[in-house]
Amino acid sequence: MSEIIFVPTMADYQAQGKQPEVLFWVGCAGSFDDRAKKITKAFVKLLHRAKVDFAVLGAEESCSGDPAKRSGNEFLFQMQAMTNIETMNAYGVKKIVTACPHCFNTIKNEYPSLGGSYEVMHHTQFLKSLLDEGRLTVESGEFKGKRITFHDPCYLGRANNIYEAPRQLLEKLEVELVEMKRSRKNGLCCGAGGAQMFKESEIGNKEINIERTEEALSTKSNVIAAGCPFCNTMMTDGVKVKEKEADVQVMDIAEMIAQASDL
Amino acid sequence: MAYLPNAIFAVVLVSGVLLFLRNIKKLKRNISLGKDVSIDGSKKERWQNVILIALGQSKMVRRPVSGIMHIIVYIGFIVINIEVLEIVLDGLFGTHRLFSHFGSLYGVLIGTFEVLAALVLFAVIVFWWRRNIQRIARFFNPEMKGWPKHDANFILYFEMVLMTLFLVMNATDMSFQNMASGNVISQFIAPWFSNLPDSSIHFIERAAWWLHIVGILVFLNYLYFSKHLHILLAFPNVYYGSVSPKGQLDNMQTVTDEVKLMLDPSADHYATPANDAVPEKFGASDVQDLNWLQLLNAYSCTECGRCTSECPANQTGKLLSPRKVMMDTRDRLQEVGDNIDANNGTFQPDGKQLLGDYITTEELWACTSCNACVEACPISINPLSIIMDMRRYLVMEQSAAPMELNNMMSNIENNGAPWPYNQMDRLNWSENK
Repeated sequence: MSEIIFVPTMADYQAQGKQPEVLFWVGCAGSFDDRAKKITKAFVKLLHRAKVDFAVLGAEESCSGDPAKRSGNEFLFQMQAMTNIETMNAYGVKKIVTACPHCFNTIKNEYPSLGGSYEVMHHTQFLKSLLDEGRLTVESGEFKGKRITFHDPCYLGRANNIYEAPRQLLEKLEVELVEMKRSRKNGLCCGAGGAQMFKESEIGNKEINIERTEEALSTKSNVIAAGCPFCNTMMTDGVKVKEKEADVQVMDIAEMIAQASDL
Repeated sequence: MAYLPNAIFAVVLVSGVLLFLRNIKKLKRNISLGKDVSIDGSKKERWQNVILIALGQSKMVRRPVSGIMHIIVYIGFIVINIEVLEIVLDGLFGTHRLFSHFGSLYGVLIGTFEVLAALVLFAVIVFWWRRNIQRIARFFNPEMKGWPKHDANFILYFEMVLMTLFLVMNATDMSFQNMASGNVISQFIAPWFSNLPDSSIHFIERAAWWLHIVGILVFLNYLYFSKHLHILLAFPNVYYGSVSPKGQLDNMQTVTDEVKLMLDPSADHYATPANDAVPEKFGASDVQDLNWLQLLNAYSCTECGRCTSECPANQTGKLLSPRKVMMDTRDRLQEVGDNIDANNGTFQPDGKQLLGDYITTEELWACTSCNACVEACPISINPLSIIMDMRRYLVMEQSAAPMELNNMMSNIENNGAPWPYNQMDRLNWSENK
């Protein structure tokens, strides 16, 4: 495949003297991680389908600072935050959408007191709003009637009390949503948060992602739906370890919607 | 001589209360060893939390059995204390059942107390059963050995004894039994004593009365040494608990000032700081580096272990236990407080600190910051904020992050991503390279 997706940047918009409706904050995982890049592309396809006037920062985007802050490096976090804020404020950014709950949480909650106040949405919230406004239609497609379980990302759920938007999108796909025992407020972490993604875990008797994957597999679902690139990686790894990759897929909700519409 | 019992009672009561106030003063002093912290949200939101979470016990009932049992004990504790008021007044004025002049209302009140006392007794036995026979896992983590285990049982025995004494006191009060109003439970206990001579029954009644009130005063003074402080501190703790989204960590102002200076092209980077400027310590290695709310959290913790049982690290066998973080913080704070008391009001360095001597780096680095512990706490304690402040100390004061995290941070510094990819390649995904 040699498809090239049209992705305008904020610089392109500024050159034309225009403002996009929303800035798509891609995030490091969405930019560089092979698995997460697929989520990014799926989401962009949906944005095009809904004729959303969006732009990315491209090479002007830099890590939101979340892993640095959660590691305890407040200096590095604030350096990142202030640099990003300066860039976004210079472009007059008002509204941001991101497919990463970690970037979402940081930009939404921790940037304002450093001078960066924006309306920040997780991509599941944004897609839900496109649906509500009639700008995007979701076809049930191949997922209709399939058993799907949704893994709540900590930084979307407990951290920001967003539990319904991803589930409402899954309902639109007419899936059979099967909840894990630990879901919503009681959802179990995938094991990646707090910068754990970037290090080996401490000695224990099990990896957290295996514990969570076993719980997801026990729902006998065809797809484990995720809303975070890091959860996606952790669950995908877990499914591989359990040798279930032939039966169970781990997919971002944006990917599911795009795939259901043959995008 | 006629006033001797009144005098003895007054002395016992006043000393019990004074001792308690002395403990409260120490508690306040210890909590104020913490740094100042700004409290977020409006008073309205905070009072809503007090009504819902503290008074309303909304988070307790997420685990229905312990939640409902706890509500019984909680209501019993508050309501039966009205009876303590009567006991105190009777003791001081040498009266007997002063409030019985209220007539039928008195019967209703005492009847309610008796029913509640019986229910509390039942609930406390259930609690004891869960800890000692059913052996629920969260009461058997490593941090629950020794004093914490005994403390929990002592509290239950205290409550069992106090409730029994209250019922026996009513059962052996012949004039009260003759009133036949309000003795809904004690009337069934009274027959056990009916074979005894009146003088013995009266003696038992007096003994139960005295032991009941002395027991309450002892219990009041036991609180300071016990996890049971939560019966007082849960309320301010919930009031001051964060109302911001759980994912939001504080931004350190001292760091903001420095970073702004670094990014300010017009700043004088060679300016020397004022001579008396003490460099700010980043993060926390001991309790004095934490803020007073974190210290209040530590004293409020009743070691129920809901946090630890929800913690993904703990569930997968790692050393981290959010409850232990709170217990360690409290134990160290108590040690620092006792040190100050023993040294005429100033802390003498004891070669110990919270980091390392109580909480290990292995525990701190096992946290996924998932907020499960914060969500689980029935009284708005935040173990995560302490973990984060200690990580800040490790990284910013000691450069002691795990090697992989140092690599991740170097990557962010050098190329704006946690992985070693060129920042200029951030848009390559669109070209499918």
